Amino acid sequence: MPPAHVMADLAPGVLAGDPRALARALTVVENEPADGAALLSALAGRLGRAQRIGVTGPPGAGKSTLVSALIGLWRAQGKRVGVLAVDPSSAFTGGALLGDRIRMTQHLGDSGVFVRSLASRGAAGGLSAATEDAADLLDAAGFDPVVIETVGVGQGEMDVARAADITVLVLAPGSGDDVQALKAGLLELADVVVINQADRAGADRLEASLRGAFELRAVGSGGSGGSEGGLGSVLPPAPPVLLTTATTGQGVEALVVALAERAAPSNSAALAARRLERARRRIREGVDRARAVEYWAVCEARLAALAGEVAGGRLPTQDAVTRLLQEGGR
Amino acid sequence: MNSAKSRPIRVLVAKAGLDGHDRGAKVVAAAFRDAGFEVIYTGLRQTPEMIVEAALQEDVDCVGLSIHSGAHMTLFPKVVALLKARGGGDIVVTGGGIIPPEDAEKLRALGVHRLFGPGTPLGELVAFVKEAVAARRAALAAGAARSHGDGPQR
Repeated sequence: MPPAHVMADLAPGVLAGDPRALARALTVVENEPADGAALLSALAGRLGRAQRIGVTGPPGAGKSTLVSALIGLWRAQGKRVGVLAVDPSSAFTGGALLGDRIRMTQHLGDSGVFVRSLASRGAAGGLSAATEDAADLLDAAGFDPVVIETVGVGQGEMDVARAADITVLVLAPGSGDDVQALKAGLLELADVVVINQADRAGADRLEASLRGAFELRAVGSGGSGGSEGGLGSVLPPAPPVLLTTATTGQGVEALVVALAERAAPSNSAALAARRLERARRRIREGVDRARAVEYWAVCEARLAALAGEVAGGRLPTQDAVTRLLQEGGR
Repeated sequence: MNSAKSRPIRVLVAKAGLDGHDRGAKVVAAAFRDAGFEVIYTGLRQTPEMIVEAALQEDVDCVGLSIHSGAHMTLFPKVVALLKARGGGDIVVTGGGIIPPEDAEKLRALGVHRLFGPGTPLGELVAFVKEAVAARRAALAAGAARSHGDGPQR
């Protein structure tokens, strides 16, 4: 990696929309948190403009194909579109096969579209640790909207809902029965639900079961409080359910309209609240991370000793925690 | 900064030209993944322009092209020229396919790195990419340090 003042040299290029500078800046943010922070601070004042759109859903539902169809419509409106596409890293080798671009090649060569593939690198929430900083860079470079496409998710990967202004959940027929639709998790975080591959059998059945689930929510919501680190204590209103066939573009226009509505002035209070919450969380996470690095630099040896005790059954886990917190690295 | 060690190698694997035979490319992509690389796989029928655009946006260390159509003497030079024109001349360009040694020699003179024929052990490819990328990164770091007048790094 070049030294820090070389990092700062990238900032003007990013602002000027130089794709090579932006690409290098993304590499810095992804690999060198300290240099990435210096770079982003050189971009202060240019952040917070783009609409951040999260796209999530199970593998094979058509997320990338749908994003590609959205790009086509946004480009027709003259928008410059940034995409961050996250795919999983191997837990064993750290390697990754990043294949989301395969569905988006039709936009290659269009300077108004910038696609970057990110490997999740061990993060379990559906994004990578650097995804939000990477979105800041695309935002500063003038891309709006910025699409954040998660890894193919199961039921627990919720990070995207906190990272985005609006979250689109993409499902496909055959991805579950009524009970799946009742489970907590993905369905609750969706601001818009898309049933993609709507030309396939079972789409109307999926739509009916989703609408049924959302009706139940409307009756039962407003109950007990949310948990710490949650997305709020009350469930949001039932999201719209849209049907698309991304391969033909069928229904994608309606999704563009739904996304634009969320960015409209009439929704500015809700959007501002969400961005405030996101800012709070990101600051907190930054402090937590830095604290943890500091702490373990001192206490790693003590941790190893206590881990031996716990693994040998001589010490309960919580006692080890208490000792570490009270005694530190001594 | 010790990122040169920890930062994963990023490689773009693409099928250039019109042939629809991508088994080899997929096998190589999987081998690179298993070697700990981050592999951007762009699929079939990529033009040199598309390949270069993707390589630049993804900030890869290396581009690996699979060409079985016989068009290697057109496609490789085009990719190299476009990369150079757009500020990516330092990116390692390598590849494989049915490429006669005399063609490989000519391509080498144009800036293409080693090319690999059918049956090359995957470990050999991985070792080559590791070595070539390490050299590229070292050259980049030295160049960046030089251009800022603060000598070699560390």
